[in-house]
Amino acid sequence: MQVTSSVREPLVTGGKTYKDVTHDVSRQVEGKPTVGWMLGLAVAIGTLLLGGIAVGATVWEGIGMWGLNKTVGWAWDITNFVWWVGIGHAGTLISAVLLLFRQKWRTSINRAAEAMTIFAVICAAMFPVLHMGRPWLGAYWALPLPNVFGSLWVNFNSPLLWDVFAISTYFSVSLVFWYIGLIPDFATIRDRATGLRKTIYGALSFGWTGAAKSWMHYEAVSLILAGLATPLVLSVHTIVSFDFATSVIPGWHTTIFPPYFVAGAIFSGFAMVLTLMIITRKLFKLEDYITMVHIELMNIVIIITGSIVGIAYITEFFIAWYSGVEAEQYAFINRAFGPYWWAYWSMMTCNVISPQLFWFKKIRTSIVFTFLLSLVVNIGMWFERFVIIVTSLHRDFLPSSWAMFYPTWADVGVYLFTFGLFFTLFLLFAKFFPVINMAEVKSVLKSSSEKVNK
Amino acid sequence: MERDTNFILGIYDDEDVLKDAVTKVRESGVKIHEVFTPYPVHGLEDVLGYKRSKLPIAAFLFGMLGTCLALTMQVLMMSVDWPMIIGGKDHAPLPDFIPVTFELTVLLASFGMVGVFMVSSNLKPWAQPRIFDLRSTDDKHVMAIDIAHNANIEETKIKELLQTSGASEVNNKSFE
Repeated sequence: MQVTSSVREPLVTGGKTYKDVTHDVSRQVEGKPTVGWMLGLAVAIGTLLLGGIAVGATVWEGIGMWGLNKTVGWAWDITNFVWWVGIGHAGTLISAVLLLFRQKWRTSINRAAEAMTIFAVICAAMFPVLHMGRPWLGAYWALPLPNVFGSLWVNFNSPLLWDVFAISTYFSVSLVFWYIGLIPDFATIRDRATGLRKTIYGALSFGWTGAAKSWMHYEAVSLILAGLATPLVLSVHTIVSFDFATSVIPGWHTTIFPPYFVAGAIFSGFAMVLTLMIITRKLFKLEDYITMVHIELMNIVIIITGSIVGIAYITEFFIAWYSGVEAEQYAFINRAFGPYWWAYWSMMTCNVISPQLFWFKKIRTSIVFTFLLSLVVNIGMWFERFVIIVTSLHRDFLPSSWAMFYPTWADVGVYLFTFGLFFTLFLLFAKFFPVINMAEVKSVLKSSSEKVNK
Repeated sequence: MERDTNFILGIYDDEDVLKDAVTKVRESGVKIHEVFTPYPVHGLEDVLGYKRSKLPIAAFLFGMLGTCLALTMQVLMMSVDWPMIIGGKDHAPLPDFIPVTFELTVLLASFGMVGVFMVSSNLKPWAQPRIFDLRSTDDKHVMAIDIAHNANIEETKIKELLQTSGASEVNNKSFE
């Protein structure tokens, strides 16, 4: 039963009834896996295994396998870490911030975006853990354990430790938020199933019945979790930016970092949501749920955050000049015209110029352009982190220790590994979990009562 | 407590019809056991006369607990057990403790509230819920009326009431 308003474009097209929503979303959970899905999974697992060689080599031989040197002590690993964490921000932004703003269009994309968040954070966490060199020890070095464990208490003055708390809190709260939303949909699948599937989804659904009292509590929980997750998501990338901003490296030591990083994170996250959703809607025939309205609104978020990022780049340059600090000025001139000029200008082109194309309605409502630009934005955001990290480090205060960074096969391999991991998890999610929040989509089918499709 | 086993179910197609029906049924003195809906129907808890969820209070209390634990932990470790001067800051650099305190506040508030939600709504992987009508997680709203709790009103009267209030079906449901 869908209501068609004369003013607004409907959030779900194709005159769907409640039963259609259940059917369209449960279909791929219940059906046999498609060839496209199996091919995708094979490629993802292949990448995972291939990259696994690099991870194995890194753990076995140590991080000397990477291209780091005594001048550039952080490079691809932290670049990839910040990149993946940034991607993770869109999921919480869509489900929490848009819930607080009562943006109902979030309902058909929040599930997949949150899944993307969780998987991206898992990929991100790989890098600091591997960078510890001995990850099995690192697991407790980072925890506040008593001095008898071999070292002193962890240092609560350090932003790196704040990151441990921020990322792990972010991961666990996102996971819980995601799972609470999944419970009613698992119950829907349970009630359609028989045999083993009924047992499995019955356990996953935690005995949900859809009682009005449970829904009342569910709504309260969602609202409070959204209220908690909103400052949380802002705090996470703020703290990630503190890793750099609280140091005294020219190019890092700037107060603009927290808002600039958060905007960049949302920017890259929405681009990744678009990349994934454009494929998912096509593969699972969900064009009526993830409509052009959704794509256009996400593109508008990309214009806004892309412009914020662009202004931040220009501001950084201006402040470097205006501060009169020579080292700071050199760091920025070196970024744009030094040996890594190509990385800087790739970043500028991909992040500042290309999203401005979305001002044209033709481009922002074109699937092909949106898909291509979403890839461009993700490439640009990777270069942004590379530029900030490597170009600030490689020419430090002593010219005698200036160096270049070149990635080794292990650097590339570990990055590939996280891609394999991400897509393996996402494809498994897309097959076995309902990719669209059925209950919430049903609740927006009928918002006012004018004309009802029965 | 002996669980009641015999129910009358009113099946509704539309959320607005359902809300009017709930009001009507309650006004006529029939006690509603529970209403099952496939998605959250806003305002249904009001017409059913449920009190507001107290979960936000649980979240607040757990959040306060998180704040206190985080501050105590950091002060004990950094300032009492092994005081060290790091970066020229004093032994208890409170501004540096803000990020971890914030994160633990959010963590405990979320997990505490969700834990209370799970317990109070009886959500657990091994739960064996009584499903009144399988369609209540798909496309139908199901109003369940406990016959034993409405012994003073005749069964046929209740069924008639449900019919006139707009139910598309009225069924009997018994559990073992």
